[in-house]
Amino acid sequence: MTAMTDDTLPVTPRAIRDEMIAFGIMTALLLIVPLTGVYPFFVMQALCFALLACAFNLLIGYGGLLSFGHAMFLGTAGYITAHALKVWGFTPELGILAGTAGAAGLGVITGVVAIRRQGIYFAMITLALSQLLYFIYLQTPFTHGEDGIQGIPQGYLFGIFNLANPTILYYVILAGFLLGFLLIFRTINSPFGEVLKAIRENEPRAISLGYKTDQYKLLAYILSGTLAGFAGSLKVFVAQNASLTDVHWTMSGEIVLMTLVGGLGTVFGPVVGAFVIIAMQQYLAGFGQWVTVIQGVIFVVCVLTFRRGVIGEIAHYFRRSL
Amino acid sequence: MQALYAQLLVGLINGSFYALLSLGLAVIFGMLNIINFAHGALYMMGAFCAYFLLNVAGIGYWPALIVAPVAVGIFGMILERTMLQWLSGLDHLYGLLLTFGLALIIQGVFQNYFGSSGLPYAIPDELKGGMNLGFMFLPIYRGWVVVFSLVVCLGTWYLIERTRLGANLRAATENPTLVRAFGINVPRMITLTYGLGVGLAALAGVLSAPINQVRPLMGADLIIVVFAVVVIGGMGSIMGSIITGFALGVIEGLTKYFYPEASNTVVFVLMVLVLLVKPSGLTGRAS
Repeated sequence: MTAMTDDTLPVTPRAIRDEMIAFGIMTALLLIVPLTGVYPFFVMQALCFALLACAFNLLIGYGGLLSFGHAMFLGTAGYITAHALKVWGFTPELGILAGTAGAAGLGVITGVVAIRRQGIYFAMITLALSQLLYFIYLQTPFTHGEDGIQGIPQGYLFGIFNLANPTILYYVILAGFLLGFLLIFRTINSPFGEVLKAIRENEPRAISLGYKTDQYKLLAYILSGTLAGFAGSLKVFVAQNASLTDVHWTMSGEIVLMTLVGGLGTVFGPVVGAFVIIAMQQYLAGFGQWVTVIQGVIFVVCVLTFRRGVIGEIAHYFRRSL
Repeated sequence: MQALYAQLLVGLINGSFYALLSLGLAVIFGMLNIINFAHGALYMMGAFCAYFLLNVAGIGYWPALIVAPVAVGIFGMILERTMLQWLSGLDHLYGLLLTFGLALIIQGVFQNYFGSSGLPYAIPDELKGGMNLGFMFLPIYRGWVVVFSLVVCLGTWYLIERTRLGANLRAATENPTLVRAFGINVPRMITLTYGLGVGLAALAGVLSAPINQVRPLMGADLIIVVFAVVVIGGMGSIMGSIITGFALGVIEGLTKYFYPEASNTVVFVLMVLVLLVKPSGLTGRAS
């Protein structure tokens, strides 16, 4: 079986240096956004999805596991955070913690089931599990069914930062994104990440070398789900609602699309992909149902002609790792 | 007891659709190594095809039962020739992503022209009315769907497991290169196989049109349930797909009677249980 990411350049000091430079440029660009007059809501939303796509990419790009149900982490963490803030009166930091912990718990439960099969079956199982959760959320009272949880108070983070102020909220979301991004960056460059790549390339070989591959995959799955949940908790403060849309399979599809467009298995690809897709949704909002069709076309075109994605193509052209 | 039998019948009907769809998925997976995410969208196209035949060309149910699967099957073969065949040799997951994109396109286009509401399709005159079986009232059309689906499923099983053509097909699944050396046109066989699988989905669509109404998203949620059915049954055996499909339909029907709140989720819960006990699926061999 050929891997989904064909450019496996070794982790050299030069590769690390390239990635650090790219990280510096990305951070600088994101820091000055509020000064440029770009609609901050758009960038905040894109940042949440970027972190979500990065978390998804950790699983597919480095573990070779295609999850078609990552929306379940986004939605679950969102619901828990929203409920904790609105009904239990939690402070923002505790709300985020509760949502992220909830996603981690969900990761443990679904991970134990999902990693029992590989490849195509893993994708179908995660999709089915997220659909199971969708129906549960549709019926349980605390999610308010079709209406969702609305009008969530934003509050003061650590009692100091007023999250109702768009600029402060922007930098809080950016800090959260960078925290998650660096954690993923650290993970893929760690010995754990190396073993994960080895499993992706040749699982029987990794087993014969004595690695308990199931444990590695489960840990990667839980980590990915937890970070996706963290993104979902942050998103609650931006959107101020939590709804069924975030748990639906179409959302899982969008996460896959973002990562595919940016580049599977690239460090920065999911970020670029998330901005591209969110921007596209903003500009094409007037086209109604055609947005779905356009997304479908992008899927088809990417798979047929553009499998490396934006960042993957750039990295391939310059023979660099990005 | 009437209500129980009624739900059992509904379960059998849903089971017929699960069986026809998972059978098609299994056949396609065997030859193309692709999980056809567009299967639900093509099922929907089958139903719409029957609807158009009736309302535009005035062609009724019986011809539609043949024309719609053939037309959608040809559409599927065009998809296979123009797109899917370029994915051979790549990771299986690309096939899933490509067909997911195709499903979005097909469903999006239909939704754009027909909205999300259902269009009615009348039951043909010959199958209207019902029969009193003593213990329950059986609407003839529903009985027909179950019996006809069963016949088609068993026919497909016979075609693949007991005929010369099926033997070639199974051989090509095992070792395409060797089969090509015998002078058999394997790429053409792959295209025909995809057409067959898609045709089965379209046939299920035509059968369901008078029962479930014709809606652009009628296959979108169904396909996810069928995926769970496939995970439960495993795709290794044709007969396994048929039996699992019908059995899960019946279990779902029983759940609707005894504990309706869980009727949406019971198949997924069963999938979790099967994965915990026998990860390779009920009929699957360990991979």
